[in-house]
Amino acid sequence: MEILKTYKLYIGGQFPRTESGRTYPVLAADGSHVANACLASRKDVRNAVQAARKAQGSWAGKSAFNRSQIAYRIAEILETRKVQFITELLEMGLEKQSAEKEVQMSIDRCVYYAGWADKYQALISSVNPVASSHFNFSSPEAMGVVGIVACQQTALLGLISQILPIIIGGNTVVVIANTQQPLCAISFAEVLATSDVPGGVVNILTGEVGELLPTLAGHMDVNALSLAPISTELSIAAQEAAVDNLKRVRIYTEPLYVKSAQGLTYISDFQEIKTTWHPIEQIAGGAGGY
Amino acid sequence: MLGNLSTPELSALLALSPSIDQIGTLERIARIQARSIKGAAKIQGLRMALSMIDLTTLEGKDTPAKVRQLCFKAQHLHDQAPDLPTVAAVCVYPTMVGVAKKALGASGIKVASVSTAFPSGQAPFEVKKLDTLYALDHGADEIDMVISRGRFLAGDYQFVYDEIAAIKALCGAARLKVIFETGELDSLDQVRRISDLAIAAGADFIKTSTGKIQPAATFPVVHTMLSAIKDHFDKTGQMIGMKPAGGISSSKLALQHLLMVNEVLGEAWLTNEWYRFGASSLANDLLMQYQKQLTGKYQSAAYFSID
Amino acid sequence: MSNSTWNLEPSLESVAQVQIKPQYELFIDGKWQAPLSATYFATVNPADEKQLSQIAQANAADVDLAVKAARAAHANVWSQLSGAERGKYLFRIARLMQEKARELAVLETLDGGKPIRESRDIDIPLACNHFFYYAGWADKLQEAFPGQQMEALGVAGQITPWNFPLLMLAWKIAPALACGNTVVLKPAETTSLTALKFAEICQEAGLPAGVVNIVTGFGDTGAALVAHPNVDKIAFTGSTAVGKQIQKACIGTPKKVTLELGGKSANIILEDAPIDQAVEGIINSIFFNQGHVCCAGSRLFVQESIAEQVLAKLKFRLQSIYVGNPLDKNTDIGAINSKKQLETIEKYLAIGLAEGAEMYQPECTLPSQGFYCKPTLFTDVAQSARIAQEEIFGPVLTIQTFRTMEEVVQKANNSPYGLAAGVWTANGARIFGLSNQLQAGVVWANTYNKFDPTSPFGGYKESGFGREGGRHGLSAYLKFSN
Repeated sequence: MEILKTYKLYIGGQFPRTESGRTYPVLAADGSHVANACLASRKDVRNAVQAARKAQGSWAGKSAFNRSQIAYRIAEILETRKVQFITELLEMGLEKQSAEKEVQMSIDRCVYYAGWADKYQALISSVNPVASSHFNFSSPEAMGVVGIVACQQTALLGLISQILPIIIGGNTVVVIANTQQPLCAISFAEVLATSDVPGGVVNILTGEVGELLPTLAGHMDVNALSLAPISTELSIAAQEAAVDNLKRVRIYTEPLYVKSAQGLTYISDFQEIKTTWHPIEQIAGGAGGY
Repeated sequence: MLGNLSTPELSALLALSPSIDQIGTLERIARIQARSIKGAAKIQGLRMALSMIDLTTLEGKDTPAKVRQLCFKAQHLHDQAPDLPTVAAVCVYPTMVGVAKKALGASGIKVASVSTAFPSGQAPFEVKKLDTLYALDHGADEIDMVISRGRFLAGDYQFVYDEIAAIKALCGAARLKVIFETGELDSLDQVRRISDLAIAAGADFIKTSTGKIQPAATFPVVHTMLSAIKDHFDKTGQMIGMKPAGGISSSKLALQHLLMVNEVLGEAWLTNEWYRFGASSLANDLLMQYQKQLTGKYQSAAYFSID
Repeated sequence: MSNSTWNLEPSLESVAQVQIKPQYELFIDGKWQAPLSATYFATVNPADEKQLSQIAQANAADVDLAVKAARAAHANVWSQLSGAERGKYLFRIARLMQEKARELAVLETLDGGKPIRESRDIDIPLACNHFFYYAGWADKLQEAFPGQQMEALGVAGQITPWNFPLLMLAWKIAPALACGNTVVLKPAETTSLTALKFAEICQEAGLPAGVVNIVTGFGDTGAALVAHPNVDKIAFTGSTAVGKQIQKACIGTPKKVTLELGGKSANIILEDAPIDQAVEGIINSIFFNQGHVCCAGSRLFVQESIAEQVLAKLKFRLQSIYVGNPLDKNTDIGAINSKKQLETIEKYLAIGLAEGAEMYQPECTLPSQGFYCKPTLFTDVAQSARIAQEEIFGPVLTIQTFRTMEEVVQKANNSPYGLAAGVWTANGARIFGLSNQLQAGVVWANTYNKFDPTSPFGGYKESGFGREGGRHGLSAYLKFSN
């Protein structure tokens, strides 16, 4: 007899069950019962945000090079677990070729953003030639804790397309996984747990978007939201809840699982720009400009 | 003779000198320079400035005749204008002190003598001592000494401190002005450090420059020195005088300097007991502006005597 | 000669070159149009409470006309022009503003109460420079965002505050036009005059009709602009409360929104700071523009070891701060912008006293007419005190002390706002360490309240989002497609 795996949540580097004690069945494309997943609750959202907040300062404080290495490590571990992810995708009804392609694209996307971790800064920074004798520069800084509603069309690629550009920029995330196909998300959490990503940087919840998103969007300690295509009602409710602390909200209307859904803007959408001024002493009548 | 502070004590004192941000200093000055001085306030300011002048001649070619002319001018700035103040002092080389003293008689105008191998200060201490004693013996009321800039830049603060203290000890009742020659110093931090050092060593006045080196009494330098005086006053209640010298040749600049004194130190310093301008050509510009204020007409230099 | 008090005489800027019409209409489609509302409101000089002019009050129908004019101008004229041609209009506007700089400065001071020194030396030059700066971007947008496809958003609705009326207009209109948008701008009701003078400048510059429309009025005029379905972009500078309303109103619409909102910025003085410059920095941080500055350094944090000295220096410095007639060239602190704002400030003074903080105000005589407030320091302020948490928007400074940098970072960030911060230390490494930790869109190290068209400005957290100024400021007015 086959052992059925229990898919748990991923919070603060741990794999707890939902505090609510609820699960829901994950069905394969043919309707067979594949596994049970945790039906996360609002309190799990709270715990996940706490974990994400706790991890954020030191994650952002790591060198960009280090974040780059860690992101590449994710790709390496993903590669070693390729078969598992393909199997899970097949269960969800994908054709073999599509499943293989999605896993391969997911790995490639991790590599892609690993390369970005120490480069986007140079492209969206500036040294500003102010008219007074001051050195003035603008540089990006992580927004903080970002809430993500993962792509509900794909199980793995959409998820990675959202998480990676946000975390390599020094943010930590709380993700509401694909409700119908949560297995890859939790398996991905296992990848993260074994690939040097500090606990709390990525937190993954499985459950109903409609139940979890209002709490996430209304949470006063979440700085931004990344919303994959979801229903208009849910999206509007989330945006309204987000106003209370002026979360930055990025709403994706285009699919996230396509080849073109990557690039600098996926990173810069979750960066603040900080401008710093400092006087330039004028030595021997020298000009005070840069 | 040595000063009272040991090397560790002096180091501890100088460690307290705050750092100076040049750009912030320039901004503060710009605020002062943006002020508008008009009407009675301007007349009052011009008169104040006149009364604060150390009318100066410090040239190799100075002769008794030249010094006597200067002393006459000091007492008769512009007799066509009644009720003008006189300048505060006449400033000369030690060899001219006797001449000036005699020429100024009982006018109340002080005789200031430069000393300590002015302007370079590059002489053995014994020479500096004799230089100072010579001026004092001939009746100098005030001694304008120069510091040893080379020693200061080399970090030999104790030497500079002791030298000032030793000259101060010679001065007796004469007031000691200590010239930093800020144009030879590097940063405003150094200006601040030498200010704190000189005040600790017993300076009655601190003075920017000899007039022989450019730049001289720039606003940032003067502002930095005024701040040192203010901090010393806040700490001890003791007033120290300030003398910018060199480069202040127009009424506009002089009035802006006075505004700076007023805002940085307060009105207690707006007197020639505590503030002086070391200048040779400033007096006539002040006089011309003064006449302009009284008559409403712009003036010509032809109507104001040179010496 | 014995010392004596030396008081500067009033030195009043001439108002002779300023032309104020007795009544202003709405500026729509390049013409002055009487409001459909048929309603006007008075604008007064806060320095003496005298009426300066009557201003048209736009209702929703007026706003609709303005949006239609802007839409037509965008479709038919502005979007048809090359970037270079748009840029030339902006350059021309910048030059005309420079030529009228003194008139604009006096007008700004008359209408808003700010000292002529500031309007003359800061507001107006910066406003001119902003147009000059963005003029040059108009034909370089592709270079600004390599590899991206972009186009103008269309019609931008812009709502500006009363603290820097013309400067904020420049921050809004210059990048919008450079990027190819047309605009409908609603200035704050207490300070419409320079915006209306700007409309005259647009006419004089030959700017095509409808590219810039000025609709004057109150909050409901702004709300009509925000609610208008044919507006593609809302840019707002003002309070966080109104910003949130605007953000809510735009949900579910395609409108792009940028918000520059309130603040309660921390100004941090470390014990090794250049202390006299830091004291001057404190003065600039909180008393600039009567403290009507979103990024004012209203929370001062001084390291305990130098707190006493800093406070003594601050009190001494306040003695040479001139409060009074804004037209006097020697005035440092002018009139509070409105009676309403003065009441708000006075309410907070009472709250501060009730909270047990110690209040210090220098001795000075305030004019008997007009709205004035003495520069105010509060010591013994708790982090949890309302005066230390809420934006007062006046010349009121709360002073707290701290012992360690960790403590001060926590306290500085312990706020829903995140607009700006100041750091004063002579230690370069420490500057960057602190700057890095502070949650603020602008960090002024060893300086404060500096602005420049090339320098992006905007907040973190509830201080809003989006940046104004610099290359970053262009993004707010462009639609990107990958």
